[in-house]
Amino acid sequence: MALARIDLPQQARRGELVEVRIVIQHPMETGFRRAPQGERVPRNAIHSLVCRYSGTEVFRATLSTGIAANPFLRFFLRATQSGDLVFWWLDDDEVQGSAKARLSVT
Amino acid sequence: MKLIFLFVVLFSGAALAQNRSGLEFASEEVRRLQASDAENPGMLWVDQGAKLFAQKCASCHVSMKGVATRYPAVEDGRIVTLEAKVRHKEAFAYESDELLALTSYVAHQSRGMPIKVNPPAEKLDAGRKAYYSRRGQMNLACAHCHEQNWGKHLGAETLSQGQPNGYPAYRLEWQKMGSLERRIRACMFGLHAELPPYGSDAMLELELFLVWRANGLPIETPAVRR
Repeated sequence: MALARIDLPQQARRGELVEVRIVIQHPMETGFRRAPQGERVPRNAIHSLVCRYSGTEVFRATLSTGIAANPFLRFFLRATQSGDLVFWWLDDDEVQGSAKARLSVT
Repeated sequence: MKLIFLFVVLFSGAALAQNRSGLEFASEEVRRLQASDAENPGMLWVDQGAKLFAQKCASCHVSMKGVATRYPAVEDGRIVTLEAKVRHKEAFAYESDELLALTSYVAHQSRGMPIKVNPPAEKLDAGRKAYYSRRGQMNLACAHCHEQNWGKHLGAETLSQGQPNGYPAYRLEWQKMGSLERRIRACMFGLHAELPPYGSDAMLELELFLVWRANGLPIETPAVRR
């Protein structure tokens, strides 16, 4: 289940700096843990994440197993026009996730 | 003058004996994480629970505000925890994401409301007995840490009063949401004690006593704990 929570102000003025926060539900398995019966839990972490703002890439992150489960990311963005912020990510199991939020610029 | 002195002594005694949420023993970072809904990872489960609730429960139930403050309850002579109540129609596995999500969603609606359980004496006494009984190779009772020594340190950890008002809570050690039952088992594991099975009477009685002991503390779900 790819679930995420995006937090950003509902409205922003043109040219304003906007704080964007996202938490993604993901186990971020390191590949080093063992299950109760001793078998290894295979590595499964989100390795890339991209955020597009009205179709333009504004943020990209390379994640790895050093990052805790349910990763939290935060960055700042200059509001230029009303549009969707679309997040897209991919993990080691080749499972894609995505989430979007609307930013209204006045 | 004597009377005033007596009052001061009584009040300071009351303040010392007061129930304190686990939040007060947590580090600044953990407290900040819990305080912000945008950063609290437990909110992911609350969101998931809202979706599940709309699918599976909304045909009968509307608002669940205040419900979590009354659980565990005793119904027909059996202790029913909030988890058990959530499972009444569909038996989700214990500690499954679905059960944790639904329970968190329901408990979240009572956030800030004080716990108010009023169980019959015999059930409570069974739990109290478990709470004060030594167990495991460490030969310790719950009360040894959480009643007699809270506020002191166990290694790098500050011993809390073991108040359950934040559960289901997001525990950093688990990297996910977990139930009160799982948290109690973590303590028992540390004592090298036998773990009673999920949903067993021994576990439920202890859980009931713990929640009764926390009467008056506000529900914090989804709390963040170390």
